[in-house]
This record gives sequence, C-alpha cells and structure tokens, in this order.
Amino acid sequence: MSKIHTPAMEKIEKKNAKRKKPVRSTPGRESWKRFKRNPTALIGLGVVCFLILVAIFAPLIAPYDYQTQDYSVMMQKPGAEHWFGTDQFGRDIFSRIIYGTRYSLVIALFCTIAAFFTGGLLGIIAGYFGGRADTVIMRIMDIFQSIPMIMMAMCIVAVLGNGIPQLVAAIMFASMPTMARNNRAAILRVRGSDYIEASAAIGVGQLRMIAKHMIPNAVGVMIIYFVGFLAVSIMMMSSMSYIGVGLSAPTPEWGLILNDGKAYLTSAPYMMVFPALMIMITCFAFNLMGDGLRDAFDPRLK
Amino acid sequence: MEKQNLLEIRNLKKYFSTPRGELHAVDNVSFDIERGKTIGVVGESGCGKSTLGKTLMRLHDPTSGEVRYKGEDIASMPLSVFKKKYRADIQMIFQDPYASLDPRMNVIQLIEEPVRVNSKDLGKEEIRKKAREMMELVGLAKRLENSYPHELDGGRRQRIGIARALSLNPEFIVCDEPVSALDVSIQAQILNLLQDLQRERGLTYLFITHDMSVVRHISDDIAVMYLGQLIEKCPAGEIFKNTIHPYSRALLSAIPIPNVHEKRERMVLKGELTSPIDPKKCCRFAARCPYATDQCLETEPALREMRPGHFVACHGAEKFLS
Repeated sequence: MSKIHTPAMEKIEKKNAKRKKPVRSTPGRESWKRFKRNPTALIGLGVVCFLILVAIFAPLIAPYDYQTQDYSVMMQKPGAEHWFGTDQFGRDIFSRIIYGTRYSLVIALFCTIAAFFTGGLLGIIAGYFGGRADTVIMRIMDIFQSIPMIMMAMCIVAVLGNGIPQLVAAIMFASMPTMARNNRAAILRVRGSDYIEASAAIGVGQLRMIAKHMIPNAVGVMIIYFVGFLAVSIMMMSSMSYIGVGLSAPTPEWGLILNDGKAYLTSAPYMMVFPALMIMITCFAFNLMGDGLRDAFDPRLK
Repeated sequence: MEKQNLLEIRNLKKYFSTPRGELHAVDNVSFDIERGKTIGVVGESGCGKSTLGKTLMRLHDPTSGEVRYKGEDIASMPLSVFKKKYRADIQMIFQDPYASLDPRMNVIQLIEEPVRVNSKDLGKEEIRKKAREMMELVGLAKRLENSYPHELDGGRRQRIGIARALSLNPEFIVCDEPVSALDVSIQAQILNLLQDLQRERGLTYLFITHDMSVVRHISDDIAVMYLGQLIEKCPAGEIFKNTIHPYSRALLSAIPIPNVHEKRERMVLKGELTSPIDPKKCCRFAARCPYATDQCLETEPALREMRPGHFVACHGAEKFLS
C-alpha cells in the first residue's frame, strides 16, 4: 500500500522532523539543566568565560605594552587615550590589567590544582581509609591551618625569594587544610551510603568501588570546592602581592598594580579603583558560578 | 524430601564498641534455616534484625559464634576466602531500593555489575545477555535498560535490586525489609515475585521485617528478636495461633484486623526499650513484661523447645502454654 501524501500530512511530517529527539535523563544532564535555569550562575559562567578570552587574547586587546614606560604621559586621568589612566611611570593601567588577567587566572588555577593534588588527595585518603590514617592526616592539616597564611607566605618568600613557584607553594600550603577537609567530607558522605554497602554485597572490589562508585558520586561536590578555591586563590594572591610577599614588579599582577597606586590614593584614586574592581568582579564571578554548581550538582545541599 | 539445613547459626554474636560500652546488637543467636524455606525475622527497630542479616552476609564481621553454610563455618573464614567461595551463594536485597542503587548508573549497568565483577572470563556480549535475562526474569521491560534509578518508581527500583542479587545464582538471600519502603499495592507485587522466584529456583530466604502481616504472607518459620536475642522461633502457623512469649503476643496484638466490629484485647507494652549497651544478665524483656517475676530479673532465660519446633526463651513459658 502506498503512502498517501496530502499537504497537511507533509506539514506534520516536517514538524516532526524538526522536533528534537527526546533526550535521556542522566544525572549529569539533570545537573546541567538545573545549572541552566539559574540566571546568577549563568552570569558567573559568562563572566568567567569572558575573562578567559581576555587572558588568551590579551596582546590583541591591550592597546599598549604593559611595561613600557612613557614619561610624557605620567599620572594621566582615565580618558579616551588611556581608558583607565596611567601610573607614575606612564604605563597604561588598562593594558596592565588586561595582562594581569593572565597571571591571576593561570596562577589561581595552578594554586588550586596544587592544593587539590596535595590537600585534596590527603583528604580523600583520610576519608576512605578512616581510622588511624584519618586521625594522623587531619591532625597534620590542623597544624598547617594554625599557621597564619600571610606568615607562612612571608617565610617561604624569605627563604626562597619572590616568584611564581614560591607564591603557588605558599597558597597551596595555606589552602591544603580546607581542601583536605572538604574532600574528606565528600568521600565520607559517599562512603556511608547504602549503594556502597550494596556493591560490597555483590562482591565489588576496592579498586572498582573507588573508581566506579565513590569518585563519580563525589566528583560533583569536589568540582564545587575546586571552583570556589579559584576565587580564594585570586584573593590570596592579590593580597600577598599587595603587601609585597607575592610577585615582584613589574609583573602586571592586580595586587601589584594596587600596591603601585597606594601612594597616590588621595591624588589619583583611579590607580587603585580599577584593579580592585577587577579582583572583585573575578572573585564574584567564580563564587556565583560555584554556588550555581553547588545547586546543580546537589540540590539537597542548599 | 528429607529436611536439610542450609544454614546453621550457633551462638552468633555481634557487638559494636561505642564510647558508652559494648552494644550487643546480636547476642547469642542460634537457629537453623532449612533449604528452600523462608524464615521471617521480626522485631521492633533496633532489635538487631538487620545486623543479623548483614553479619550472615559478612558485611559485618561477627564477634563470635558460628554460621555453618552447608556444613562449613563461614563466619570465621578469612573474608577473602569467603568472597571467593560464597559471595555469589549468599546475596542480599536491601531495604531502600533508591539509596542502595548507585545514582550514576543506569539499569543495565546496575544489573551487569554483579556478573561483571564475579565472572571475569565472560565477554561483554555474554554479560549483556545475562543482564537482559535477569531483567526479563524480574519483570523489567527492555525499554528501561538505559533509565536511571531516579526515573523509576519504587517497585521497579526494587526489581533492579532483586535482579542484582539473583544474577549471581545465589541459594540463600537475605531480604532486609525489601518491601517496607514501598506502597502497599507494590508490596504485594514484589512479595509475589519473591515467592515465584523461590519456587522456580529453590531459594532460601531470611526475610527481615517489622510488618507482621507481610511475615505471615511469606514465611514458613518465624523468629522473633528482642534486643539482639532470639526469644521465640516456631513454624509460621504456630505463632499466630499459639504464641508463647509475652513479647510476641504483644507484637501480634498490634496487627490491625480489618473488621470494626470485632472486639479484641490489645496488649500494650509499657516502658522503654532497655539499652542494648552492656545489658544486665537478666531477661531483657523483664522491664516491660507484665508477668515478670524475681526470677526474670535475676537470670537470663535460655531458649527451650516447648513444642516440637517451637522454641521460646521465657522463664514463665509453661504458664503461657495454652
């Protein structure tokens, strides 16, 4: 029997062809759906993406070189020529801030990764094995936490000198305890759940248990902490550079730009306002994104 | 057919150490489980039913005592030996079918998992085939293969749990309140499924529940537990007619009868559960028992056979033997 073709039927067929195939609901897709519905989280994500693009294309965006000193345009107020003004050496603040994005994002990422693979991993081990390993690791973390972050950073800088690796090390040591505690909690929550016991009952071994059950179920929470730590790292880095134990001039790091401007706070406040704003916006964006991720991955945590 | 004990439990103890002392979760429990039969274990929350089940599964290591499975003591053998030899034989169905399924796995992955981890020599196709057979066996439609537990109702989730347990071809299954988290209408479906499977495959069940009407429906034998101890064990018919232990009677009088005109005596227990932490050497029910005597407060009653197949741990058992 041949198919009957009428204009009306063709219309319906066309419509059906256009209709999207129903999408399977997996836990990951459900999370993304919740994230998409959250406008503040999307704003956070948007700003973060924008900052990443700025960091990548910094040489194309920045109108001047970030370290060229031009004594003919010292201490210029923000204007058409220099959007954010110039500093006491005639360097364009806008260009310095644009290049600073690279330092802030990349160093923050390194710090967080470093903290995750030290503190985070220790926390996972403590949470998984429990007992004595747990006690020993967590008490060591407590000792770390009892040393003020700035003091530790100053010690590291005093011994090893200024520089990016030293800065990363300082922030890593300072964030390790919190990272350890968070990841331990994430693993403990999964370890105590019924499906772990049920999997043990059908004979799932230790390796498969960790790889197939514990990590997939804890990874959502860990991502949340990871993103949150990016914001914390940026704050720490800027404050350390500001007090002079972080990066050294003439690196266009936001905290350093702030430091440069602090002598002229009353006469040229714009020198501090713009880098401070950048730090604020960046941290705010990461925090918004982190909160959105938290709600998306774990609606019960709210 | 000759009576054959699949499982013989002797003086099984499981204590947990807590900051306040030893918690006697399962204390000196002994009984036999006949092959192909269902033994219902009843008792109120916290009486050690689930701990008993998990100890038989070796999810907990027993403090002392023997569990002889086909004559071999599985309680004292190293866990690795137990896993190799008996993990597949003794399986468990869990109380909360949602919490006991990994939310990040779909139905087919969940059902494949036990086969995958226990028979390493099987190929991908064979595992998939086996999992599909199991789905059909427990009545899960093929189209649900790629669904995740959160998309399914409680009954279907519990069918996944049953399929997971059955795919290892076990002989003995610990059912830890498998229907208490389900709607009444679905409870019946799952209970019938369990009974059908028992008939087809000759399974033996240890059926843990606090629901007396469920236990009546499914059990051949009934064991009543109170604060970690076995206080009465008898054939299912007996307990509803000739209960001996005062606690069991109180438990039975709590079953609702669907008839508003029928008057009956309700035995209401007074007092709190005594603490299972470092209990005194006396009848543990004495503090709540309306018939308690001095003897009950001084010595612990032993399990005695009052009628053929009917065991009771009560000093006053003769009095209650009607």
